[in-house]
Amino acid sequence: MALTADYGVQGCQMLLTLLLAPLLTGFVRTLKARLLRRRGPTPLQPYRDLLKLLRKDVVLADSASWLFRVAPYLIFAAIWVAASLVPTFASGLPFSWTADLIAIVALLGTARFFLALAGLDVGTSFGGIGASREMMIASLAEPAMLMMVFTLSLLAGTTELSAVARFMLNADVGLRVSLALALLALLMVAIAENARIPVDNPATHLELTMVHEAMVLEYSGRHLALIELAASLKLLLYLSLTACIFAPWGMATAGAGPLDYLVGVVAYLAKLATGGLLLALFETSIAKMRVFRVGEFLGAALMLGLLGTLLLFVSRSL
Amino acid sequence: MPLSLSLGLAMALLAVGLHAIAASRRAGCTRQVYGVSLAVCIILLGMALAHLLGGRTPITLTLPIGLPWLGAHFRLDALSAFFLIVVNLGGAVASLFALGYGQHEKTPERVLPFYPAFLAGMNLVLLADDAFTFLFVWEFMSLSSWALVMAHHREPANARAGYLYLVMACFGTLALLLAFGLLAGPDGGYDFAAIRAAQATPGAAALVLALALAGAGSKAGLVPLHVWLPLAHPAAPSHVSALMSGVMTKVAVYGFIRIAFDLLGAPAWWWGGLVLALGGITAVLGVLYALMQHDLKRLLAYHTVENIGIIFIGLGLALAFQANHMYANAALALTAALFHIFNHSLFKSLLFLGTGAVLTATGERDMDRLGGLIHPMPWTALAFLIGAAAISALPPLNGFVSEWLTFQAILASPELPQWPLKFLVPAVGALLALSAALAATCFVKAFGITFLGRPRSPAAAGARETDRYSLVALFVLAVLCLLAGILPGLVVDGLSPVVSVLNGGARLTAQSSQPWLTLVPVVDVKSTYNGLLVLLFMAFSGTGAALLIHRFASAAARRGPAWDCGFPEASPATQYTAGSFAQPIRRVFGSVVFQARERVFMPPPGDLRPARLEVELHDPVWERGYAPIITAVVALSSRFNAFQYLTIRRYLSLVFGALVLLLLGMVLWR
Repeated sequence: MALTADYGVQGCQMLLTLLLAPLLTGFVRTLKARLLRRRGPTPLQPYRDLLKLLRKDVVLADSASWLFRVAPYLIFAAIWVAASLVPTFASGLPFSWTADLIAIVALLGTARFFLALAGLDVGTSFGGIGASREMMIASLAEPAMLMMVFTLSLLAGTTELSAVARFMLNADVGLRVSLALALLALLMVAIAENARIPVDNPATHLELTMVHEAMVLEYSGRHLALIELAASLKLLLYLSLTACIFAPWGMATAGAGPLDYLVGVVAYLAKLATGGLLLALFETSIAKMRVFRVGEFLGAALMLGLLGTLLLFVSRSL
Repeated sequence: MPLSLSLGLAMALLAVGLHAIAASRRAGCTRQVYGVSLAVCIILLGMALAHLLGGRTPITLTLPIGLPWLGAHFRLDALSAFFLIVVNLGGAVASLFALGYGQHEKTPERVLPFYPAFLAGMNLVLLADDAFTFLFVWEFMSLSSWALVMAHHREPANARAGYLYLVMACFGTLALLLAFGLLAGPDGGYDFAAIRAAQATPGAAALVLALALAGAGSKAGLVPLHVWLPLAHPAAPSHVSALMSGVMTKVAVYGFIRIAFDLLGAPAWWWGGLVLALGGITAVLGVLYALMQHDLKRLLAYHTVENIGIIFIGLGLALAFQANHMYANAALALTAALFHIFNHSLFKSLLFLGTGAVLTATGERDMDRLGGLIHPMPWTALAFLIGAAAISALPPLNGFVSEWLTFQAILASPELPQWPLKFLVPAVGALLALSAALAATCFVKAFGITFLGRPRSPAAAGARETDRYSLVALFVLAVLCLLAGILPGLVVDGLSPVVSVLNGGARLTAQSSQPWLTLVPVVDVKSTYNGLLVLLFMAFSGTGAALLIHRFASAAARRGPAWDCGFPEASPATQYTAGSFAQPIRRVFGSVVFQARERVFMPPPGDLRPARLEVELHDPVWERGYAPIITAVVALSSRFNAFQYLTIRRYLSLVFGALVLLLLGMVLWR
């Protein structure tokens, strides 16, 4: 019985991530509009967009291959699996041992691999520019992310997120230099990976420096809906990840009562709202950088991550 | 019994090679040679599997050939059994592929005699149990593969590749010869059993390690000894390239493992540091070189260099752990390295064979003249895609598992007491992470430019799907890549006898008893990965989404011209090419590593010349390491050239002078 309940909670978490992701994107958009003194759409607008897109016909380019049609489902599946393996409102769920943090990072890599291939598939120059820049960004962001994982794992003794969250809830972790460096690296990577300002602009369509939007330019209808949903899920994943590692307060543990789960959900929603607000504030207060400055930006993230790891190799107390 | 049968089968391969010398022009000879090679490889594969999984004790055999006082010793133990599996699996699939591919060979008489000989050579290296036999068959393997590299010798690039390969192979064998000389000691105990029993002094052991690194590393492609590899591997016919890159480099790694872990005795901690540093540099430089290529086969060959680096990172960690008596962690690192050896032999063979199929269909291996091949060759494209995803370390395929294990081994290493290692290991971890990410970029480029987009040349537009044999060979490897990715526990269990032989009995805990076949490498760290469940989840959510959307939302699709933001350009030349895809990476990394410079020539208005973009790249290893040596050798030999044209009087006086000098030296020395 308890086992069934656990699986039920796991299922709830999968659905919750899926349902919340568009809301988060819409929330950030609305906030950004308000900060710019525009009225902006309601936070529910992404749901409407998705439903509209899902009902529309797909228009495929003449030169599109089977990969172009399969890729959206693959990308969506990889990112959804990754997002539902990050503990959101409860840790230690039945499938939390399926993939550790390294595997989650790699699953995002799988999604990116196919997205970049889809960008190249039609054979247009916009698709190529998006794919090549996305892969350049990823080649720096992924190692930076892994160095952050290293730092965490050296402290917590594991790369499994549930265990990391439990460890961070421990009172004697305290404030550490290495953790600060890791947090900074994670935030920088999150901004780059989600194509946010200053690395990329999620709102633009006609600018030569665009990356993500250039890759998905040829997509339409249900395919585009899946890709947009996957992008929202990815944003949600990074916010949940940051919350799970650096602010695990209020998270329920497996087998807890319904009240604990409720507290966990409320805390999680509050964390997402805070994260969204901070993201909107950050994005409206900064300008986009030139695309080749991204290398320096992410190189700094990589160095921060490496520094954190080095500190811990030298002394466990830093 | 299995050992003598293996030797007999190797002899059979040699006999087939001899037969092919006479019969290679005859119709059907191609089929015979590759058919027999396929059968022999399958038998050897089965035997090695039975030996490894059956947990049998080592078998030895001494034949009265070779050096009269030594004889030829052979031995089959867990380590050689594992490598026999790698070699013969690769050999079997390459032979199967060649049953179709070999039909297109224009000069079969230059390939058929050497192909089985090459296979026999690799098998014999793994079985040899004394230094003389080992070096003899090692050199035999080198020479037979050299002959295959020179199969299309009329192309000037191939001739140069063959020459460079020969020089580097001689250098490597020389280093190994000296290493075995030191190991055997003054009494000449060339038998491996005698070497194992003797204990080398620390100084001699250090020297042997350096020589083994140079000897085996030059064959495997360790930076800076890799220069021949990206020239020689692509020069051979594609199924031979697959063998050289996927399998022969592993035989070289076997040589290193045999010497460093088995023959040499207890390691010192800095050995691990040296191997780690070399591995890290090799991994990153290899993939950066690969990213700069536009020849598909050369890209793959450079990428082999990267993977060798990853393998050596695992081996270096294992040495460092062993030196500090942390055998549980050493078992993890060794398992990671051996797993990656197995994986790389699978996906690199797959990718080279896929390139062979492309080469047959189009006659091109320059990516900038390919494109759009996924339409005429959907099956080849699918197999190549699986290989590309596997080599990019993407879950749920196999490449990810071995890199994950390597990462776990790195994370287990802060307990190493030596300070240099404390600084080195995280840096190598960063290099490994960087190379993994760059590998994904590299294979998006390789697959995307070759198979996706629109055809860039008439040859690519007129391509046809490859033959059945080749497709079966490709899919055998692709399925193995997937299976090793979702059932890694079984592979780890299969590796554990090898690990325990090399690691003083310590091994990982049995994985097959874990629930859901989860991979739990170190029990107390509790980091787990389950490829099977990841695959199931992905399959479930992907197909579920597809079914739901098609049922309830919309399933309609129509074709139209590409949108391209309203500015579609009809010419396929406007697509991204290999060079333009790599341009951001060249800007970020290349300006430091390769001193990459871009020059744009824009003609003034009214000038009818085309605009040009010129890219200048420098190969740091070749220009800093090899070019000075070559210049010095050429300068010295031209200086000494004068001695070739002396009169008889001068020669005689030269000999007389030398004699007097030597005698004087003798007198003074006395």
